[in-house]
Amino acid sequence: MLNSVTLDKDRCRGCTTCMKHCPTEAIRVRRGRAHILADRCIDCGNCIRVCPHHAKKALSDPLDVINEFEYSVALPAPTLYGQFRNIDNIEIVHDGLRALGFSDVVEVAAAADRISGLTREMMEKDGLPRPLISSACPAVVRLIKMRFPALVPNISQFMAPVELAALRARSKAVSVTGLPQERIGVFFITPCPAKVSALKEPEGFEKPLVDGVISMNDIYKRLLAVMKKGGEQPKGEAESGMVGVGWARSGGEASALPRTRHLSVDGIENIIKILEDVEDDMLPEVEFLELNACNQGCVGGCLTVENPYVAKTRITHIMSHLPVRNIKPQTGESELMSIDRDLESDEVWRLDEDVSVAMEKYARIAKLTAELPGLDCGSCGAPSCRALAEDVVLGFASEEDCIFRMRERMQYMTGSADADAYLPPPFRKGSVSE
Amino acid sequence: MDALKLHYDVDGEDFSAAGEASSNVKKVLRQLGFPQEAIRRTAICMYEGEINVVIHAGGGFADVTVEPERITIVLTDHGPGIPDVEKAMSEGWSTAPTKVRELGFGAGMGLPNMKRYSDEFRIDTTVGVGTTVTMTVNVTQGQ
Repeated sequence: MLNSVTLDKDRCRGCTTCMKHCPTEAIRVRRGRAHILADRCIDCGNCIRVCPHHAKKALSDPLDVINEFEYSVALPAPTLYGQFRNIDNIEIVHDGLRALGFSDVVEVAAAADRISGLTREMMEKDGLPRPLISSACPAVVRLIKMRFPALVPNISQFMAPVELAALRARSKAVSVTGLPQERIGVFFITPCPAKVSALKEPEGFEKPLVDGVISMNDIYKRLLAVMKKGGEQPKGEAESGMVGVGWARSGGEASALPRTRHLSVDGIENIIKILEDVEDDMLPEVEFLELNACNQGCVGGCLTVENPYVAKTRITHIMSHLPVRNIKPQTGESELMSIDRDLESDEVWRLDEDVSVAMEKYARIAKLTAELPGLDCGSCGAPSCRALAEDVVLGFASEEDCIFRMRERMQYMTGSADADAYLPPPFRKGSVSE
Repeated sequence: MDALKLHYDVDGEDFSAAGEASSNVKKVLRQLGFPQEAIRRTAICMYEGEINVVIHAGGGFADVTVEPERITIVLTDHGPGIPDVEKAMSEGWSTAPTKVRELGFGAGMGLPNMKRYSDEFRIDTTVGVGTTVTMTVNVTQGQ
């Protein structure tokens, strides 16, 4: 699977910060550099957020890529509107995108209004898996496939708003311009790396849905400059309603389902906890689960510019200026906007194909974990003592990667009677001199 | 390897820690590559059992034996024991104190659920001595 989080080798100092913050233990530090284990990475972007050296990057496209096409369409994520001060009409942002060189703008928020309408209708039906889980956040979808495979059938069948917007943008551009497909470029303005992967290798589609994904913080300065120059009130009217724009923040998607018992959870650690509960049948009353990997929802994406809380307040303000667009789904629309999900789970956690061999490996891991110091210091290049034990048993690391283990061995080799001389202060057993 | 043994202490005072053992067992079974259905049933049996040990017995132990074809859970406590097992097994019957019910537990579904989700279920109890609940979940490949 494609990953969009990547490392700038020259900037990485091997400090282990990203490794310790990775929710899926997908990072190891080797020879002074962080390495991402691609099959475990869900593109959540936590490492980009925490890296003190800005060595973690998202693989997005530069704005110039739009010049390669005769006709280019921008798909602004609703989150984009929350990046600027004093916006009460989102057409100001759309006009800015046109001024930057885009031929047209197709609103992702308007697609979100449509998906909300479909989901509302869907929730009235019987026989749905409970809870139905939103498909909007690709990092969450990936997390479920990797860590909660039993819940894959609970993921909503509907495509994410950006996917719908991309399809609409392309067909609209073809009918307006009469140009062949390859001369039309469709570009998403993204708040996060997870959307980059999700659009370039979309589930349920054979080809990429967009021709490029532009990061919000890359486009921000240029967009701000042209928006400032504009100065006049926009002439056009935005297509999006308040619900669609509200998808930018946690709770927005669920608010479109007033008759459904819904729960909105944001932040990847909180999501892992809630999915554990759902898996154990502990939340039978919840009918719809909105999950956003980033704190506060998409406004917390690691490629945004503005503080998530500030952006959230701005989104709420913009919503107050927008009408409710209650879109009644047409016949057959539900099938058109559904995708066939790949039900295969990625069994990255499995220790061995053979259960009894896996059991033996587990027993060795448990024994080694108990013998390790339990400090989870990360000096060995693994996020915890247990993770090192797993790596050792699976053949990716050595027991003596543990600095304590190595010191024990040095003490043995030198024949020193004073074990304390080989241990860091927290682990010395002798009395403390005041 | 024929059998893997896991042992957990269930703290009777800490409600927030209830569920830790079942969550851990779930993780281990996933690493071992057990089928989803077996993992789910084991997790539910284990969780309900853990909660019972916390609510009614003030703590105890959970011993899980993992074999390729079955998972056996033994919950042992030195609590008050169950005077009328038949009644305790009926759905909706509970002796959980009000304090516990307010937390959303004590709906009287614990033991019935444990029986429903396991393939073999046994209670050995003596009033004043304690209770041992033994549950087996059979593993059918390809579930």
